[in-house]
Amino acid sequence: MLRFVVRRLALMVPVLVGLSILLFVWIRALPGEPARSMLGQRATPEAIERINNLYGFNDPVLQQYFTYVGRLIRGDFGESTRNGDPVVSTFFDQFPATIELSFAALLFAIVLGIPLGYWAGRRVGGWLDNVIVSTSLLGVVTPVFFLAILLKLVFAEYLDWFPTSRRSDARIEATHITNFYVLDGLITREWDAAWDAIVHLILPGIALGTIPLAIIVRITRAAVADVMGEDYVRTAYSKGLDPAIIRNRHVMRNALLPVVTTIGLQTGLLLSGAVLTESVFEIGGIGRYLFEAISQRDYPVLQAYILFIALIFSIVNLLVDVSYGVIDPRVRVS
Amino acid sequence: MTMAPPLMSPSDPMLGVDPEHGTSLWRGAWRRLRRNPVAILGALLVLAFVLIAVFASALAPYAANSREWASEVTLTSVPGPREGNLLGIDRYGSDLYSQLLYGARQSLIIGVVSTLLGLVVGAMLGILAGGLGAKVDMVVMRIVDILLSIPSLLLAVSIVAVLGQNRYAVMIAIASAQVPVFARLLRGTMLSQARSDYVLAATSLGLRRRTIVMGHVLPNSLGPTIVQATLNLSTAVIEVAALSFLGLGESDPAVAEWGRMLVAAQDRFASSPQLALWPGLAIAVSALGFTLLGEALREALDPKGRR
Amino acid sequence: MTDDTIGGRGVNAPDVVRRDLSTEALLTVRDLRVEFGKKGQRPTTAVDEVTFEIRRGEHLGIVGESGSGKSVTSLAIMGLLPATGVRVSGQIMFDGEDLLAASEKRMRDVRGRDIAMIFQDPMTSLNPVVTIGTQISEVIRGHRDMGKAEANERAVELLRKVAMPDPGRRMKEYPHQLSGGMRQRVLIAIALANEPQLLIADEPTTALDVTIQAQILEILKQVVADTGTALIMITHDLGVVAGLCDSVHVMYQGRVVESAQRRPLFAEPRHPYTGGLLASVPRLDSPRGQPLKPIPGSPTDVLPWTQGCAFTPRCANRIDTCTEKTPALKIEGQRALRCFNPLTLSSAGGATP
Repeated sequence: MLRFVVRRLALMVPVLVGLSILLFVWIRALPGEPARSMLGQRATPEAIERINNLYGFNDPVLQQYFTYVGRLIRGDFGESTRNGDPVVSTFFDQFPATIELSFAALLFAIVLGIPLGYWAGRRVGGWLDNVIVSTSLLGVVTPVFFLAILLKLVFAEYLDWFPTSRRSDARIEATHITNFYVLDGLITREWDAAWDAIVHLILPGIALGTIPLAIIVRITRAAVADVMGEDYVRTAYSKGLDPAIIRNRHVMRNALLPVVTTIGLQTGLLLSGAVLTESVFEIGGIGRYLFEAISQRDYPVLQAYILFIALIFSIVNLLVDVSYGVIDPRVRVS
Repeated sequence: MTMAPPLMSPSDPMLGVDPEHGTSLWRGAWRRLRRNPVAILGALLVLAFVLIAVFASALAPYAANSREWASEVTLTSVPGPREGNLLGIDRYGSDLYSQLLYGARQSLIIGVVSTLLGLVVGAMLGILAGGLGAKVDMVVMRIVDILLSIPSLLLAVSIVAVLGQNRYAVMIAIASAQVPVFARLLRGTMLSQARSDYVLAATSLGLRRRTIVMGHVLPNSLGPTIVQATLNLSTAVIEVAALSFLGLGESDPAVAEWGRMLVAAQDRFASSPQLALWPGLAIAVSALGFTLLGEALREALDPKGRR
Repeated sequence: MTDDTIGGRGVNAPDVVRRDLSTEALLTVRDLRVEFGKKGQRPTTAVDEVTFEIRRGEHLGIVGESGSGKSVTSLAIMGLLPATGVRVSGQIMFDGEDLLAASEKRMRDVRGRDIAMIFQDPMTSLNPVVTIGTQISEVIRGHRDMGKAEANERAVELLRKVAMPDPGRRMKEYPHQLSGGMRQRVLIAIALANEPQLLIADEPTTALDVTIQAQILEILKQVVADTGTALIMITHDLGVVAGLCDSVHVMYQGRVVESAQRRPLFAEPRHPYTGGLLASVPRLDSPRGQPLKPIPGSPTDVLPWTQGCAFTPRCANRIDTCTEKTPALKIEGQRALRCFNPLTLSSAGGATP
């Protein structure tokens, strides 16, 4: 198992190196000089000169690349051109909000998606299956931002059941330790703050989680339908086992393999969707920050964030592969 | 081509039969497709979408972006449905219904071109990886891994940033997010085809590798690719709107675009929800059409679906 | 099994049912009919007019080619046919209870405890992600009030019984770590875990290497004999029947065409299909150089039973009547036969002692 993890980690290296080259080329391919595109149109010649020296833009290209990589390794990811804040510290300030939102979305998608997919897959072609499959189709085709707007309009503004925006109510006093608001509330035993944070997560979580939900439903359904036809499920039935044991141990444990892969693949979708969701619900996560970075052409931020996100993505995929090994003994050996 | 070790002896009587090749697969698929109500619904939606996009100027009662009723739009209210304006007026004073029809054009053109582009480039990479041996495969798949490690929207954003804000940049941006999908798919099907018995049979008959790849492996990989392309059209339509929503779409304000209509509607939510509702529905319904058609195609082409 | 016990049991033919031996019979299948078909479509009949019974400790063979309905019959007994798209009629009396009328909950109690089944393909019949130990102990714990440790002990004991090498270690292993023969031993251990009264083995050796087949049959024979379990052996291989079964039912296209005790059936097959099956099997006692005679055609060349005898297109003995009327299963002494023009002794392809 350990060797498996190490080998998987080694596979990440070429991807990250390739990505660093890509991002290095990218920032130089931007229209105009890199310094100008980093500083924006109003940059003074002095400032440009300063950036050129700082980043070594006047050096030979290869040397520039190694300088860049060296800075990355030291943890120096540059500064925002808008406010000069170091990108790394901003990232870690905002990251908890995005993780919290993505987690809420994924939780919504998994908790609802796996049972629905199971019920649909048990009886493919039955009425329940038809209802679940057609509803999930609607989930796939509804754009995140449209759903976010719609949910906000109906449930927050019109019905007033949920808050319209932000991560917490300003009137509730809360101590923030980890910046994961729900977690903070639980740690400090400020139950009202924890509850408030949860309430704020519901609408954005549903908006962001709907497409993953639809996808998980469909994959689970297909996997369950496949597994139901397997000989070992027939064996399990011939043993006269409790239906819950057949479902959990024999059907779901095998059907989960493709589902786990799919959940891993949702990371990219979640982060793309988070950009849109956070902007609709005014949540101060990396998505919203990216949205602002995009609209104001804050390239060092974009560059660093893409690298961070790719890194997270790779780590999640690694975790998926490892959990695959936990579920499926056949993977462990090969 | 990377060949798996032979699973059967060359003398096996089952060899030499290509179960999927020939016209029967496509003819059977077409027959199943015609009988499937889901396929018909999907095809009708797609047809409607294409017709609207092509004949938008003939169908729309008013010119694009006419701003005829701009004086009636105030900070607090936008005229709703009334005689002459089926769905009311948009945020800038143009006929909302006409704007919606023109918007289809943008989604269709960008969606189709970017998917085709993604398909062609992705297919080339996939064929290289699946058909040229382990070393090429290794390199191509690492490139695909890199592309896949960047969330598609961020990839699109980075490309628009380099190429500037115009429809061609948007096309390339959306296409590049599709490239790894097609590359992986084609490589996967090709490798599994290469392992199948009929390829082994063809090899044992002494056919050239190129003949086998072009004549047998590729035609058999077409089905899943067409299915994926149809499904990707749905994603592309949504991504066109998403990029506009982020302010990175078509920069020419005279071009009607659904995503941008949604953005403009956002600050008029409470008073005029129809401004957001219609473009949102338009995106969802056209995406639904392609998805239904793609799903039905998949079902029709999947031999397992013949149960 | 000795010969006189075989001779003493003339209970498999339908006339026996009329003699009302239900107190003696463990399982009585009467007029079983299974139809498959989606709503609105004309159903296809997979099994029809199947009647037989098996007594405690008896070994019964059901023989036929694939598609003859033998597996469907066994799934019907187990109550494992899909709930939708299938119509089952007739009667399956097990120990005085009609299983076709039993609730699903009741069937769960019966399955794995009173009736167990071994399936054809050991490679796919074990759950790949669950340990061997769990797969055996769960069927024990599912039907008995037994702790985990005790069930595990029993599982090891069962593995030892099916001659599994190193049973303690196997408990923690997964199916992919075992060979086909070992997996089939595990499946036998699972089936016998609760000492069922009836064991149905559906082609238990077909998927195995020829060298392993004999081993598995031997193990099966032994454990069944040890526990006094009645056995229904479903197979296409008359060789398997020859070494194991007291009585034999030959099925063709969903119907029984001939039933008899093993010995008379082998000695004097009457149905042309039975004769053909026997002639196509190599025998040690056949004269040197005598070629094997395959049955011409394939099981797909059939006539629907409603239009005559389904075997007619492949039958060397066919007469005009075969395509005009549906033959009925007729009882002649210890034998039941569904044929208008049966083989006579001289033309029989069977063994001529």
